[in-house]
Amino acid sequence: MKPSAFRYVVPADLQSAVHARAANYDSAVLSGGQSLIPTMNFRLSHPDVVIDLRLLDELDYVRTDPSYVRVGAMTRQRTLEFDDSAYRANPLIRQTLQNVAHPVIRNRGTVGGSLAHADPAAELPCLITTLRGELVAHGLDGPRKIPAADFFQFIFTTALEPDELLVEAAFPVLDPGEGWAFCEFARRHGDFALSAVACTVKIGPGGAIQRARLGACGIASTPVVLAECEALLVGNKPSEELFAEVARQAVSSIEATDEPEAQRRYRRHLLDGLVRRALEQAIQRTGARV
Amino acid sequence: MSTRQFGERVQRNEDDRLIRGQGRFVDDIPLEGALHGAFVRSPHPHARIVSIDTSAAAAYPGVHKVYTHEDLGPLDVLMPLLIPHPCITHGRTQYPLAHGEVFYGGQAVAFVVADDRYTAEDAAALVDVRYEPLPVEIDIERATEGGAPLVHSDVPNNVAAQFVQRSGDAEAAFAKADHITSIRVQVDRSTAAPMECLATAARWDEVSGELTVWAATQTPIGLRGALSSLFELDENYVRVIAPDVGGGFGPKILFPYSNEIMVPLAARELHRPVKWIEDRGENFVNMSQERTQIHYIDLAATSDGRVIGLRDRFIHDTGAFIPYGIAVAQVASTSIASSYRIPNIEVEFSCVYTPTVPVTPYRGCGRPHANFAIERAMDQLAQELGIDRFEIRRRNFIPPEEFPYAREGLIFADGLPVKMDSGEYDRCLTALEEALDVPAFRAEQEAARAQGRILGLGMAFYVEGTGLGPYEGGQVRVHPITGKIFVNTGLTTQGQGHKTTWAQIVADQMGVDSSEVIVVEGDTGVFDWGCATFASRSAVVAGNAIHKTAIKARQMVLQVAANMLEAGPDDLDLADGRVFVRGSGDRGATLAEVATMSNPLRYAFNKAAASATQFAAAASSDGPPLPDGKRPGIEAQEYFSPPHATWAYGAHGAIIEIDPVTCNIDVRKYICVHDCGKMINPLIIEGQVAGGVAQGFGGAFYEHLDYGTDGVLKNASFMEFLMPYATEVPDMTIIHQETPSPINPLGVKGIGEAGTIPVPSTIASAVDDALASMGAPPVRSVPLSPAAIFAAMQASTVPA
Ligand SMILES: Cc1cc2nc3c(=O)[nH]c(=O)nc-3n(C[C@H](O)[C@H](O)[C@H](O)COP(=O)(O)OP(=O)(O)OC[C@H]3O[C@@H](n4cnc5c(N)ncnc54)[C@H](O)[C@@H]3O)c2cc1C
Repeated sequence: MKPSAFRYVVPADLQSAVHARAANYDSAVLSGGQSLIPTMNFRLSHPDVVIDLRLLDELDYVRTDPSYVRVGAMTRQRTLEFDDSAYRANPLIRQTLQNVAHPVIRNRGTVGGSLAHADPAAELPCLITTLRGELVAHGLDGPRKIPAADFFQFIFTTALEPDELLVEAAFPVLDPGEGWAFCEFARRHGDFALSAVACTVKIGPGGAIQRARLGACGIASTPVVLAECEALLVGNKPSEELFAEVARQAVSSIEATDEPEAQRRYRRHLLDGLVRRALEQAIQRTGARV
Repeated sequence: MSTRQFGERVQRNEDDRLIRGQGRFVDDIPLEGALHGAFVRSPHPHARIVSIDTSAAAAYPGVHKVYTHEDLGPLDVLMPLLIPHPCITHGRTQYPLAHGEVFYGGQAVAFVVADDRYTAEDAAALVDVRYEPLPVEIDIERATEGGAPLVHSDVPNNVAAQFVQRSGDAEAAFAKADHITSIRVQVDRSTAAPMECLATAARWDEVSGELTVWAATQTPIGLRGALSSLFELDENYVRVIAPDVGGGFGPKILFPYSNEIMVPLAARELHRPVKWIEDRGENFVNMSQERTQIHYIDLAATSDGRVIGLRDRFIHDTGAFIPYGIAVAQVASTSIASSYRIPNIEVEFSCVYTPTVPVTPYRGCGRPHANFAIERAMDQLAQELGIDRFEIRRRNFIPPEEFPYAREGLIFADGLPVKMDSGEYDRCLTALEEALDVPAFRAEQEAARAQGRILGLGMAFYVEGTGLGPYEGGQVRVHPITGKIFVNTGLTTQGQGHKTTWAQIVADQMGVDSSEVIVVEGDTGVFDWGCATFASRSAVVAGNAIHKTAIKARQMVLQVAANMLEAGPDDLDLADGRVFVRGSGDRGATLAEVATMSNPLRYAFNKAAASATQFAAAASSDGPPLPDGKRPGIEAQEYFSPPHATWAYGAHGAIIEIDPVTCNIDVRKYICVHDCGKMINPLIIEGQVAGGVAQGFGGAFYEHLDYGTDGVLKNASFMEFLMPYATEVPDMTIIHQETPSPINPLGVKGIGEAGTIPVPSTIASAVDDALASMGAPPVRSVPLSPAAIFAAMQASTVPA
């Protein structure tokens, strides 16, 4: 479990980092190292060059504007978790992060690293996808915005070009009174989710659901927006029956795998329950009743 | 006055160093110019080796040598079968490096030695091994059926050993039973996963010709024996040191591992120290494993729930080889009747080869399996007869007055008859029942059910034959210059706190504080009589040896001091590092002075020594300075050999809640009542119990080596092999009871494995209780998982 030999580059600013990336076809970007280093030690990846972004303070920020919580790629997960302005603008961010790994790993792991890594069971990709957030890539030609829905393409695969860096993630803010919830199950605290569900709901003047966002991870090769579920919710008053119907619908989004039948059944049951729980919690936070 | 330290909650002497990161593990041993090794391991569970091409690896810059079996000369031999037994009809062990065929994924095929581990791993990847894969059967029941692929082509039905033991007349008991309960249970494969993996470093001293090996082992003396034999060296020229060892839990009792042969060999041939530190990925496929057994157990009972007969037939998975003999299976087979009288027993097992990592004892060593079988069966019997789970156990306990209780005909893993020495089982179970507050729980369970919540209460009783022989020794010596007391044994410690418990035992005799007693273990250069640390035996066997030694050392001090102080030995006492005339106030001497005086000197190298020279007045006597039959110094050595195992026991109980969505278990209350005889240090005992429960909980709900039907281990990392974190291990209440063992001077019994044994049984019992009202089928295999619990809920007969 020792990596094979590599060259190590520590660019001083974004421009040099982008150039280093463009100049080295077989390079890996090192941000927090919490996923990259283990894969290198297992010799699952053998990059010729490792480009360490640790000097890029310009990518370490949390800025909240009326529409987005904008987070620099090198922001440590723990920094975002504790950021009060981000919490006020979108409390779901903090709750989601509390499900990512353990505090010591969040101390080093970065927001950009988690998103660029694109583990299909990871929480942050699920959150940004569910919220319809947006990512900013940066290559030789400058910055490029990518909607989250287009960013995550497959297991560990994103829309980033080989010569691009991820520089920013923009998480939409929540409306006043909007309810939210993140429900996850992992076998052990801090593990990647077996399944997790992110959810926001907004109740309209008549008591019916005006907007609903619902997404899940751990059920397919990318994080998934449960669009049919959202459609079922909107225009209806929250009720146990409605949530049960939505949960049944969600289960049909689980991608088929070769796991044993018992495990498959369990996954369906789990997602069904998590969806119902997330909806109940989110509705409770709107102040409405089921 | 020094207060008695045996039995006190003394803080551990070892913690200061370890917590400050000052521990010295094998990898921390500074060896200038050391080379580093890496193994090439088989990716196939079973294959013929067609060819091995090492040329590219050997040519890689920084590589010193690439070994295959062809380079081993006289060491290209099968490794020993350490514990032979007549029932092992087809014993197979492996070569240090595979010899034409590999029998499990992970088996060592080649060994690369290079400037550093990075280079060694680069080169290992360049060794080109061509394999011809062979068919495998991973299921231990199908493996014994005719036509199943064979692990060893000359071992029919993959059966290594088969053994039947009988006590009483089971057949007659079953013939006259009112009721027979029969179940099949399974415990699955796991790994001990010590924090420090295996590790070996070696240096040959070109000048003295001495080989020094540092090893993360539980048995330096055993390993020295093997190395002396293999390398044909006098024992004097081989020194094995187990420095700080980061956990063992059993697998480090096995020796020699390939690395323990390859590292010394390379050090000799390359004239450089060599180190090999196993990484976690390797540990999952190299260090021995344990646990898979399938039991078919039948109980013959009277209608009021008295078990009059037990029949158990089980299959034990021994992996690809059987280097440690039938130890695990034998312990399981002789523990099967547990705390119950059951006068008629017939137990039969087969040890079956599978193309997997070899199986040797792991904390519990067959006892968790046996416990799961008997406790699941007792719960089942209780249910079938409509008797409460606590009550059915009470009706079957061996009562205190029937000890010693022998199970004639059953031979334990120490080769001696099963004879249980003492116990107050009912008192123990009652303490558990009270701590669980069963009536209050039933009310809570009822109320919770109305809210759709699922609660359950589980319990299990266990016994553990501990303190196996053959023997251990101790040495106590008072240093003449500093007066410090040194204690040595042939054991090792991997976290059990020997530096504290041995010190407590000695401190009481020598009148000092236990923090002043220095314990040195695990170094054949210091003390080389004894066996090893395993089977919850250290406190019993070495503890008593050290106790006897300390008494002898105390007598020596009293003798010498009596002369010095011109008083009778009986008028003297020891306290605060001094020996003094009782009631005299000042008349006394320090231990340093006594030790100095006990050693006739020629040279007055310090002030105290001046009084001990041949010419000092105090030394004047008619005879020789050292009278015939006397030895210089305060130094004693004694041994203890137990007549047979001493049987510890206890009861665990749990109150759990099952989340209906995740099907996860939340343990709301976990109670351990245990009795390990007289306690040397309750603080250390609680640590042992808690650690054991953590490991047991892993075995109940988390830890499972996932070998696919193709024989490939699918979860060889801590990402996928779920060892519970501190956040998963339940909080627990530990209740101590003390029933002394009558068969050793200290009255102690072992505690090292106790915590692990009944946890799967307890959790299974709690899950059964939780799901009983739904009519779910009872738990029959561990580890459980949320998916397994969900499946049980699905199979319920009563709609939710
Ligand atoms: C024990 C453990 C438990 C964990 N549990 C969880 C969990 O429950 N949920 C979870 O989501 N994660 C978990 N993780 C992963 C953790 O969150 C990582 O921090 C995260 O996946 C990667 O972030 P990083 O900053 O460490 O990135 P790195 O490891 O440095 O990089 C990860 C990948 O992203 C690429 N990369 C990094 N930054 C950029 C960039 N700016 N532009 C382009 N590519 C980039 C790298 O090249 C690499 O391929 C766990 C990790 C550990 C060790």
